Amino acid sequence: MAEPDQPEEQAPSTDTEDHAEKIPAMQSLLDNHFLLLFIGVAVPAVLYTIWGVMEVAHIPIAN
Amino acid sequence: MSNLMFRTCPETGLKVHGPAEALIKANAVVAVVFLLIGGLFGLLVALTRWQAIHLLPADLFYLALTAHGADVLVFWIIFFEVALLYFASAILLNCRLATPRIAWAAFFLMLAGAVMANVAVLQGESSVMFTSYVPMKAAPHFYLGLILFAVGTLVAVAVFFGTLVIAKQEKTYSGSVPLVTFGAVTAAIIAVYTIASGAIILIPTFLWSVGLVGEIDTLTYRIVWWGFGHSSQQINVAAQVACWYAVAALTVGAKPISEKVSRFAFLLYICFLLLASAHHLLVDPGISSEWKVFNTSYALFLAVLGSMIHGMSVPGAIEVAQRKNGFAHGVFTWLRKAPWGNPAFAGMFLSVILFGFLGGITGVIMGTEQLNIIIHNTLYVPGHFHGTVVAGTTLAFMSITYLVVPLIFRRELIFKRLAQLQPYLFGLGAMGISVFMMAAGTLGVSRRHWDMAFSDAPFSFDYPPAAFMMMGLNGMSAIVASLGGVAFIVVIVGSILFGKKRDDAFAKENPVIFQGSGATVAHHGDAGSLKIPGTTILVAVFFLSFVLYYFVNWKYLSEVWPLS
Amino acid sequence: MALTPPDDRLWWKQPLHGIELSWITISFLWGLLMFGMMVYWHLTGDQNLSNEAYRINPDVYAEKVEAAAEEYMVREDENSGMPVVHPPPGSDVYMLARLWEWWPILELEEGKEYRLHLSSLDWMHGFSLQPANINLQIHPNYEMVLTVTPDKAGEYGVVCNEYCGIGHHQMLGKLIVVK
Repeated sequence: MAEPDQPEEQAPSTDTEDHAEKIPAMQSLLDNHFLLLFIGVAVPAVLYTIWGVMEVAHIPIAN
Repeated sequence: MSNLMFRTCPETGLKVHGPAEALIKANAVVAVVFLLIGGLFGLLVALTRWQAIHLLPADLFYLALTAHGADVLVFWIIFFEVALLYFASAILLNCRLATPRIAWAAFFLMLAGAVMANVAVLQGESSVMFTSYVPMKAAPHFYLGLILFAVGTLVAVAVFFGTLVIAKQEKTYSGSVPLVTFGAVTAAIIAVYTIASGAIILIPTFLWSVGLVGEIDTLTYRIVWWGFGHSSQQINVAAQVACWYAVAALTVGAKPISEKVSRFAFLLYICFLLLASAHHLLVDPGISSEWKVFNTSYALFLAVLGSMIHGMSVPGAIEVAQRKNGFAHGVFTWLRKAPWGNPAFAGMFLSVILFGFLGGITGVIMGTEQLNIIIHNTLYVPGHFHGTVVAGTTLAFMSITYLVVPLIFRRELIFKRLAQLQPYLFGLGAMGISVFMMAAGTLGVSRRHWDMAFSDAPFSFDYPPAAFMMMGLNGMSAIVASLGGVAFIVVIVGSILFGKKRDDAFAKENPVIFQGSGATVAHHGDAGSLKIPGTTILVAVFFLSFVLYYFVNWKYLSEVWPLS
Repeated sequence: MALTPPDDRLWWKQPLHGIELSWITISFLWGLLMFGMMVYWHLTGDQNLSNEAYRINPDVYAEKVEAAAEEYMVREDENSGMPVVHPPPGSDVYMLARLWEWWPILELEEGKEYRLHLSSLDWMHGFSLQPANINLQIHPNYEMVLTVTPDKAGEYGVVCNEYCGIGHHQMLGKLIVVK
C-alpha cells in the first residue's frame, strides 16, 4: 500500500531505543494484510483446487 | 469528516462510528432471525429422525433439512460474521467504516439472496440439500439466491478491508492491529477464497439449471463446491477464536499470553486451514492418495497446530488474568471463581471446551484418509460439525451477543436469570446432539436419511437397536438445545425492544465489561513468570483424550474387511 | 488486551514462554505422527483405497454389469426378483447404483479376493455396506474399482448414504457372503 506523505512507520516522539529498532520481518508480514490475503487465497487455490481438478482431468477413460 | 458521526463509548473509551454501529445492528439482527428459522427446521429434522416420533413425511423432511443447512450453516453465521468484521475494523480501530452506502448495498444483496434461496426451498422444488450435488437439479432461483448472497458477502468483506486501509492512512491506531482484529482479518481472508469457490461452481450450475450449460462434471463439482462448503465453516473457526479472545478480555480482563504465538497460530490458519476441504473427498473415485493425504492433513497438520495453540492460549490468558484478579490459590481456584453467572463468559468458556473436545478431535479423526472409510456420510459427520458449528461457533457468537446488546444496542438485558441459564441449556443440548449423532454414526447410520428402519425398501436391514436409542437421545438433546435457542432469542430480542436504555451516565455506573485494576493488562512477557498450572492440566487432559480416541478409531478400522 | 493494539511495538521480539514452546513442540510432533500414520497404513495396513477409477458412459457401464449378471446369475431373490450373482473368486464383480436401487445382489465367498466395480447411472449415490461399515462416494460417469476381501460370512445391507431424491431411503441393496 502506498503511503505517499509519510513513508516512515508511525513512531510518535517518545523515541527510546526500542522505537528506533527495525520491525522484525515476521511482524511486518503479519501486519501486511494484503500480502496475507494473497497467500491465503493462493495456497489453497494451487494446492487444493488446481491440483485437485488436475487429478480429475487425469482419470483415464475406460476401455 | 465530521465528529458528529461518532460517539465515545462510556465504558471502553472507543470512538464508535454511527453508520458502522447501525450496520452491525442490522446484520446481527438478521443473523438472529435466520438462526431462529434455521433452528426451527433443525428441530423438525431431529424429531423426524427420532424414529418413535418420525414427525415429518419424507418430502417435508428433505425440504426441512435443506432449509436447515442453508439457514444456519450459511445465512446465520455469515450475517453475524459481517457484523463482527465491521466491529473488529471500524469500532476496534476507532475508525469510520469505509463506504457505509456500499455496505448497506451488500446487506440488502445478502438479504435478497437469502430470502430468495429460502423461498425456492419452501416452494418444494429445491430439496437438494445444502450441497446441491449435480446432476440433481434445484430451481434456478435457489442457485441465484446463493450467488447473490455470496456477491453481497464479498462486497461486505471488501468494505472491511477498505476500513483497514482507512484506519492505517488516518492513523486511528498505532502499531499493529489488535489481536481480535487480526482474527477478523484471518476470517475475512478465508471468506474471500470461500466466496470465490462458491461463485466459480454455483454460477455454471445456475446456467446449467436454466439450460445454458450442458453438463457439469460431478467430481469437479464436489472439489470446487467443498472449497466453498467447508471453507465457509473455516471462517467460523477464525471468527469464533477472535470472539473467545474478545469475550475473555471484556469479561475477566484477559490479555493474550503472547501476541506472537497467537498471531502465528492465525497465520497457520491463513496458510493451511482451507486445504481441509479435502475431508469430503477421501472416498471419491480417482483422486490420488498423494492429494488426499497432503490436503486432508492441512499440510502436515499445521492448521491443527494453530488450533492447539489457541486451545492453550485462550484458557491460559484467562488463568493469568484470574490469578491477577485475586484468585491465585491452588490449581483451579481461578476457574471455580470465574464469572460463571455472566452468560458472556459462560458461553465463551463452554464454546472453547466443547469445540476442542467434540468438534476438534473428531474433525481430525474423520479427516484421516483411511479412517474416513468408516465415517464418510454417516451421522458421524453431522455429529462432528454440530460440535464445531453449534457447540463451538454458535455458542461463541451467542456469548459475544450478550456484550453487543449493552455496548452497541445500549440496552440492559431483560430476564437476567434466563440469560444466565441460557448458555448451559444450549451448550448441553448441542453437546448431546453432537455426541449422540456421532455414536449413531459409529454404528453406521446414514446421514440425510428419512427412514433408518427401511420400512419401504425391497429388502430388510436392521441397524443395531442402540442406534435407534442414540437417535432418540439426539431428538431429546435437540429439544434442550431448542429451548436454549428460544431463551437466547427471547432475551436478546426482548432486551433490544424493551430493555432499559443505557445512557452514558447509567453505563458508567453499571459497567458490563471487566473493571479490574491496571495490573491485569500490564506486561507479563518474562519467560520465567508464566504460571498456568490449571491450563496445563486442562491441555494435558485434552491431549490424552485426543491420542486415545485417535488410536481407538484405527482399531475400529483394522477390523473392517481388507480393502486395497 | 486483545481488543487494543499490542503494548509492545516490537511484539515479535517478546520471548517465548517455556510452557508455550513445549506445547507447540508436542503439538507439532503429534501432527507429524498423525501424518506419518496415514503413510504407514498405506505401507502396512489392510484397509486402503486404490483410487483406481475410469471415466465411463453410464450406458456402457450398465451393459458391463448386465453382461456379468447374466453370466454368473445363480438364482433370483425370492421377494424382490432381483438376480443373485455369484462370480468366481478372484474375478471382477460389478454393482450399479440408480434411482433407487443397487443392482444386482452379489454373492461372494468368504476370505476370497474380488475386484469390485461401482458406478452410478444417474445421480450421486453413497455405497454404505452395513454392518461392515465401508462407505464410498459413487459418481455417475466414473467407474470406481477396489479390491475387497469379505472376511465374515453373512447378509449385508447396501444402504445409500448420499441423498438422491425422494426415494433415497428406499434405496437398499443386498450383498451376501457365503463360506
